[in-house]
Amino acid sequence: MTYITKPRLHHPLLQPNSLGFTRRDYEGKVSTLCAGCGHDSISAAIIQAAYELDLPPHRLAKLSGIGCSSKTPDYFLGNSHGFNSVHGRMPSVLTGANVANRELIYLGVSGDGDSASIGLGQFAHSVRRAVNMTYIVENNGVYGLTKGQFSATSDPGSKSKRGVVNHDQSIDLVGLALQLGASYVARSFSGDKEQLVPLIKGALSHKGAAFIDVISPCVQFNNHVGSTKSFDYVREHNAAMNRLDFIEPRAEITASYAPGEVEIVTQHDGSILRLRKIAPDYDPTDKISAITHLQMHQARGEVVTGLLFVDPEAHDLHDHLGTVHKPLNQLTDAELIPGSKALAVINDSLR
Amino acid sequence: MSLAAVNDFVVKFANVNGSGSASANGMFAKSILRMGVPVAARNIFPSNIQGLPTWYEVRISESGHLGRRGGVDLMVAMNPQTWDQDVASIEPGGYLFYDSTKPLPPSKFRTDIEIVGLPLTEICNAAYTDPRQRQLFKNIIYVGALAYLIGIEEAVLETLVREEFGSKANLIDANLRALGLGRDEAAARLKPLGLRMRRSDKVGDRIYVEGNNAAALGAVYGGATVCAWYPITPSTSLAEAFTAHCQKLRVDAASGEAKFAVIQGEDEIASIGIVVGAGWNGARAFTCTSGPGISLMQEFIGLSYFAEIPAVIFDVQRGGPSTGMPTRTQQSDILLAAYASHGDTKHPLLFPEDPAECFEFGALAFDLADRLQTTIFVMLDLDIGMNEWLCRPFAWDDKRVLDHGKVMTREDLDAGKVFGRYLDVDGDGIPYRTLPGVHPDKGAYFTRGTSRDPYARYSEEGAVYVANMQRLLEKFETAKMLIPAPIARPAKRRTPHGVIYFGSTTPAMHEALEILDGQGVHVDGLRVRGFPFGADVSAFIEAHETVFVVEQNRDAQLRTLLMVEGGVDPAKLVPVLGYDGSPITARFITDEISRRIRGLAHTPVPQVAE
Repeated sequence: MTYITKPRLHHPLLQPNSLGFTRRDYEGKVSTLCAGCGHDSISAAIIQAAYELDLPPHRLAKLSGIGCSSKTPDYFLGNSHGFNSVHGRMPSVLTGANVANRELIYLGVSGDGDSASIGLGQFAHSVRRAVNMTYIVENNGVYGLTKGQFSATSDPGSKSKRGVVNHDQSIDLVGLALQLGASYVARSFSGDKEQLVPLIKGALSHKGAAFIDVISPCVQFNNHVGSTKSFDYVREHNAAMNRLDFIEPRAEITASYAPGEVEIVTQHDGSILRLRKIAPDYDPTDKISAITHLQMHQARGEVVTGLLFVDPEAHDLHDHLGTVHKPLNQLTDAELIPGSKALAVINDSLR
Repeated sequence: MSLAAVNDFVVKFANVNGSGSASANGMFAKSILRMGVPVAARNIFPSNIQGLPTWYEVRISESGHLGRRGGVDLMVAMNPQTWDQDVASIEPGGYLFYDSTKPLPPSKFRTDIEIVGLPLTEICNAAYTDPRQRQLFKNIIYVGALAYLIGIEEAVLETLVREEFGSKANLIDANLRALGLGRDEAAARLKPLGLRMRRSDKVGDRIYVEGNNAAALGAVYGGATVCAWYPITPSTSLAEAFTAHCQKLRVDAASGEAKFAVIQGEDEIASIGIVVGAGWNGARAFTCTSGPGISLMQEFIGLSYFAEIPAVIFDVQRGGPSTGMPTRTQQSDILLAAYASHGDTKHPLLFPEDPAECFEFGALAFDLADRLQTTIFVMLDLDIGMNEWLCRPFAWDDKRVLDHGKVMTREDLDAGKVFGRYLDVDGDGIPYRTLPGVHPDKGAYFTRGTSRDPYARYSEEGAVYVANMQRLLEKFETAKMLIPAPIARPAKRRTPHGVIYFGSTTPAMHEALEILDGQGVHVDGLRVRGFPFGADVSAFIEAHETVFVVEQNRDAQLRTLLMVEGGVDPAKLVPVLGYDGSPITARFITDEISRRIRGLAHTPVPQVAE
């Protein structure tokens, strides 16, 4: 609310990054979400990721739709422009923003209601257009702001707080993202910051549509026995495929690993994704095997997490449109207006 | 008595769509122009690709009347499906040109018109063996026959054929042969009609172009870089024209890179979402759509209003939902656009009268959107958008600088200027904005629909909300000064009668005013060019006892807007409404107004008891 201001005290131990910013410089307003909400952990992970990446805060734009998750961009990266748009339509707004200025980093934050129900179409089309973005769904399987209705990612057989059983099939956004051509696909858990932070760093550095599904339990409406999105359930059923160590371009790889233990993927911008394998036969650059793996584990009731797919040489919407490198919003009158001579030629062709 | 006229008559072609008639009919219309005689041609077409009736009406008018007159002097009846209604629509003394290959009983004809039969199918079958050629060249053959019948110069048609087919010599030869065949067969069997073409010089430097094409070119000159759209008749050709213009005018010669982006959205909601995102980020962006698209875009239009994001929407208006009437013209989205979205919202509208204004307003809309930080609607309709209109040539002042409105730069922020995203600094209701990425630690703000204070901080306080809403009203007052002013067309004598009209109604309205003037009925005209209405509009209404409001919808939507926004007594504003899907005609307007004025004169003014 307006009357809560965050104290600007700086802890003496807060270390500045290479830009001279501390973690605090990447924070936003005080969260108004419920105490213990998984979404706040994701906000903290985004702050950590941006801090560790030495990201100039103003070079990132954060966009969201409507819902608890979509409120969170106010709670991180206070020096970045933010846009809390309309329900389910963040992907189109982000697409437009990205087209207008290709030089910024775009972070879209959404929820399972926002992306899997009202916004399923926009989610799908922004992914298939390969918009260069990091698209995070804070997935709790429930409508929080309207107090506890099932969302489209609720699993069949899952029980609501009031004891109602869901019979509808759930929508698997990770599976959809893979099919729709997302070039960086991950799933994580809000309670596992060690896994989540590098995944966000990898996504922010990725060129193309990067999608992260973060299971984020709703402490108020979906954290009870019988829910498949509770802290306990996710901890018990978490099947991590790998552990990602994100390494920036300038960092050198010093540790040595036994062959087959680690997979190194170099992304478009030179950043290096070092994947420590947990499932030894999982290859995150092979989309078909990723989809098969995902289906297999999900059939066993497991929540598959980790970096599930990455195409390090991905293209994005600007490549497809062939747009100029200079951002469209910075083109001058002279670059945009053909002038009266060209108009005279057009007039002549219309007589 | 057969009709006799020189350079002043109406020819209507009745065809089956998908038969290739459009290009032949287009050539006919253009040949009139090339003889120096003004022409207005209108397509009346179905929601269909092949097999349904389609008409093409050509108004030939040396005196330059480019609206629909009403009635048909020469019917080229090429569609058996619509024969009866086509024959019935001919003026007494008019002409029926038809394919006489198959004999028809006398009951299929009228005795008060002149029948001009030519066995087109027979001629085609004798000349061509390929069925597709037989069909396509039949159209060219009737153009050749008509050229003989009404006196179109051969050389003019030949030039048009050469321009159309460029370097394809075989197509040029084949088309010239078909034209010659039609002309020779007609000359051998028929007499020239009483309707004649004679070379004139009344076209001048005017151009002949579709409004959608013109509006798209306006968007290019207005600096639009982002177009997001979803296909819908009658607006589709606007996005396609923008793409084509940009491919010619906005591709970097050296690198081949595009200084524009066109995205075909998955629907109208995504299209306007992309526009709002691009506008928020400082690119000039637009979508083009029609009524159903505006319905779907409502939520985003409201967001643009409250979050104060520039956006441009070209609304090419048409009839109501689904298919059928939707490919017919109307001016029926006025209220939908003016008050689009939930909550208290209103939006500026521009009403171009012809393609020349589609170009001007198409460019101006982007300056207005940036200046006012809101959605600007450019209200075309199918008649302007999809038909070629004869209009003054496009003009551009190379000294003109695009107005990007109030955008705070990094330098402004470094200089210590106070930034409040929704703060009215200048007293015109328009705040300053910053663009994402502007400054490392100043000027960032969080955009929301509403619920924020002048510094974009979250607030649900009633007083803060009300203050912001009042500021938005002040901004709307500022808009009145920026919208193109109405244009008056005074009657020859002082009169208590006025008429307000807009958009594609204009040419028919002007012709009606001339006819009325000839009848001694004096009416002052005022063409409104946009909304919100300025003081000129109120003054005009104030100055007359009765003001007719002519529009092409059922509910008198512009009249409602005048009543609501101007506080005008409804009794003073008399609606004149033509909304059957065909462009309104001069005859209809003349009859309606003169009937009402006679009625008004005969109704005694009620006396109020002292």
